[in-house]
Amino acid sequence: MDNYKKTELPEMVKITKIVYENPYVRTFFIGRKIDAQPGQFVMVWLPDLDEKPFSLSYAGNKTAITVEEKGKFTSALFKMKAGDKIGIRGPYGNGFTLKADACVVAGGCGVAPLANLIERLKNPLIIQGARSRDRIIFKGRFKGASITTDDGTAGTKGFVTDVLEAQLAKNKFSIVYTCGPEAMMKRVFEICERHGIECEASLERFMKCGFGVCGQCEADGLRVCKDGPVFPSAHLRKIKDFGSFARLKSGEKVAISDYAKWRCQ
Amino acid sequence: MNLETSLCGIKLANPVILASGILGVSRSLLSEVIRNGAGAVTIKSISLEAREGHKNPTVIAFDAGLMNAVGYSNPGTAGAKKEFTGLKGLGAPVFASIIGQDASEFEKVAEALGGLEFSAIEIPLSCPHTPGFGTLAGQDTPEKTHEIVRAVIKKTKLPVFVKLSPITRNIGDVARAAEKAGASAITAVNTMGPGMIINIDAKKPVLGFRMGGVSGPALKPVAIRCVYDIYESVKIPIIGIGGIMTGRDAIEMMMAGAKAIGVGSAVHYRGMDVFKKICSEMSEWMYENGYESFDGIIGAAHG
Repeated sequence: MDNYKKTELPEMVKITKIVYENPYVRTFFIGRKIDAQPGQFVMVWLPDLDEKPFSLSYAGNKTAITVEEKGKFTSALFKMKAGDKIGIRGPYGNGFTLKADACVVAGGCGVAPLANLIERLKNPLIIQGARSRDRIIFKGRFKGASITTDDGTAGTKGFVTDVLEAQLAKNKFSIVYTCGPEAMMKRVFEICERHGIECEASLERFMKCGFGVCGQCEADGLRVCKDGPVFPSAHLRKIKDFGSFARLKSGEKVAISDYAKWRCQ
Repeated sequence: MNLETSLCGIKLANPVILASGILGVSRSLLSEVIRNGAGAVTIKSISLEAREGHKNPTVIAFDAGLMNAVGYSNPGTAGAKKEFTGLKGLGAPVFASIIGQDASEFEKVAEALGGLEFSAIEIPLSCPHTPGFGTLAGQDTPEKTHEIVRAVIKKTKLPVFVKLSPITRNIGDVARAAEKAGASAITAVNTMGPGMIINIDAKKPVLGFRMGGVSGPALKPVAIRCVYDIYESVKIPIIGIGGIMTGRDAIEMMMAGAKAIGVGSAVHYRGMDVFKKICSEMSEWMYENGYESFDGIIGAAHG
């Protein structure tokens, strides 16, 4: 679609409230209504430091991002208080399609964009995984979530994929939505393929422009910022990098595990 | 309408080329751009060693164009050799873009990429926002241009395109120096500036590098004038770049003297299929105005 007037500049908006989800994760509510599809993201600018993409964990009347403290940028964000301002531009990317009879599979911080989705779905089955009890995000935000933890300190001990397999053996779903560590999403996708169920996964790559011109976030010819970040099964089948490779800031393609380590700096 | 053309002996299905720095990070994205109608594509510039580039924000869009200070992030010659394989299979010519801090680095990069199936090598001596390179390193003078072009053509049999800066005072002189040194074509122009945008609420420049190169519609009249000047100065063909958004813009650039057209920022405004759109708009204009080829259009505004 032609649009000659498209400006993409950050606007400074106030943090209105900070919710401590657990010792590692906080939700930052901002004083700006952003109409966004579940799954869309914004670029967050901290002047003099950097700018990074975050998916919206609340959209519509309340707008928020939910952030895990991992590196320099998120540490700086964690030092901020209600009333401080951050730069925001977006929303960017596509979103999840909204379908009935859905199953949502979330891993760790991947629950952020999915939470926003869950609230627009009618009675989805929710499978939420975390490493341990103290890492669970949005406790009590949605009813009836099947919780798994790697160490068994909450819910079922094990992985979200075990619960998904068990559910697919007895229930029918029209779609499985997933977001989390890429290795987990890859397994979710493979399970869906085996059961012939449509899957939508939200991918993460290092981004620069956020609006589809620089090419930095590309994965096999698809721009994660513009063609994604949510990809349907048809694309997931095509993306050879999915679960395997991602690009560093230089554009060099490396194993996804090396990429994940680099992203935590 | 047949839009076929040739550039330094390279056959192009149409004269609309992906400009360097936009989308050209991977073979698969180049393939997508070709699928969307580009007559040729240029990769994002490659340096000897990998570079991370500047901090974000690196690319922004304002009322009249884009501004960027990516800072030449690229995986270096080693990464490029892994990425840009089997280029002949892409269905359109692929141009390399190489950078260096001095003539000997340019030579090394040209040599390192020698085994790949590029159809030409572009050397931008004109980036306005990366210390050590382009205008910030004084590579845009006639003397430096001559020195670097001589160095590169010794190391390659491919046509060498020299990409010039719109802020150069006498751009015709630089083009002449490039031609005299053996360049096969002039690419004009790189982004202009550097410019700056300040967020008044943050009281800070927005770009991570604070300043950046201006492209898109704001650059177009400057680019048209530069191409017009270069056309008066050299005989080698010109690839005209700067704010080309529509078929009419492309025709205008050709009338200034361009044989082919580079498109970059327009991807933001009109989508990845902007290449197809520009081609069909050019065809339409040519049909309505009785042109069957680009003869009579290229350089028509002169004299």
